[in-house]
Amino acid sequence: MTPAILEALAAARAAKRPVALLTRLTDGKQSLWPDEAAPPALAEAAAAALRDDAAGNVTLDGAAWFIHPHNPPLRLIVVGAVHIAQALVPMALATGFAVTVVDPRRAWATTERFPGITLIHEWSDDAVAALAPDSRTAVVTLTHDPKLDDPGLDVALKSDCFYIGALGSRRTHAKRVARLVEMGHAETAIGRIHAPVGLNIAAVTAPEIALSILAEVIATRRGAALARRAAPVAAAAA
Amino acid sequence: MSDSEDILATAAGWRAAGETVALATVVETWGSSPRPAGSRLAVSLSGKLAGSVSGGCIEGAVADAAQRTMASGAPQLLDFGISDETAWEVGLACGGKLKVFVEKLA
Repeated sequence: MTPAILEALAAARAAKRPVALLTRLTDGKQSLWPDEAAPPALAEAAAAALRDDAAGNVTLDGAAWFIHPHNPPLRLIVVGAVHIAQALVPMALATGFAVTVVDPRRAWATTERFPGITLIHEWSDDAVAALAPDSRTAVVTLTHDPKLDDPGLDVALKSDCFYIGALGSRRTHAKRVARLVEMGHAETAIGRIHAPVGLNIAAVTAPEIALSILAEVIATRRGAALARRAAPVAAAAA
Repeated sequence: MSDSEDILATAAGWRAAGETVALATVVETWGSSPRPAGSRLAVSLSGKLAGSVSGGCIEGAVADAAQRTMASGAPQLLDFGISDETAWEVGLACGGKLKVFVEKLA
């Protein structure tokens, strides 16, 4: 790998720009995509690798090429600078997420409680909208307070984010579903919300709950059966 | 620190500090290989290791190959698996098969 390629990969990483590293395995020749000069077969494979976040192999003119996607990190938006968030944030960082914590309550969202983390002291609708959740973003609400959580959920439900989770019991969630319906969301759409949040590992402490949440986010991202719930809305209403 | 890129940053750091460095990347897997294509192992001439290309079964063999690539500058494409003769030496406990590309960080 040449210094120029290494630098370009680092620059793309810093700018959160997706790039694919194309390597001809016969001689180690490399280039980065997007690149207008790339042959169509490689360009197509590079686009697919970035979309699927999966490396691939292509044979071009009898030579094997390795297509290595380098996507920007997945993002986690945490609404609520609460105790569980303090446990969740470092775990999420360790698993490769770029994390942002949203809480208008400045007493909670402090750099002492969240060292080195991007904190946004705005209402969750404005904050989440500004962060523009996409298909590589997870949104978790943890305040347990409708006026703090609901606006963020409203925005998240209108986005392509791959995971939405909301802290709260089944009863709390049933009330939340009713409010979100009032706000104009269809019950099927509200079914995207994982609530009660996290895999059921009978978590008790804040770090245990954080672990269950992160495990569910990852299970969802990887398409694990564990992440699928049977009719969560109906269950909540029962 | 999406892991393969974290390894790249570590390798770049070694290189910047004046070390000779090689990068090994899993480029294809079959069966139950523990690490997916794209997984990286960085190796320095002084013997530092970062990352992984398997569950630990073939790292030693890959590190040896990396030393040869650092010496010659020539990349290598290594095959590991139960159908390979070297499997008797390095042994893939997982029963998987994989290809690893080894290159020098110029």
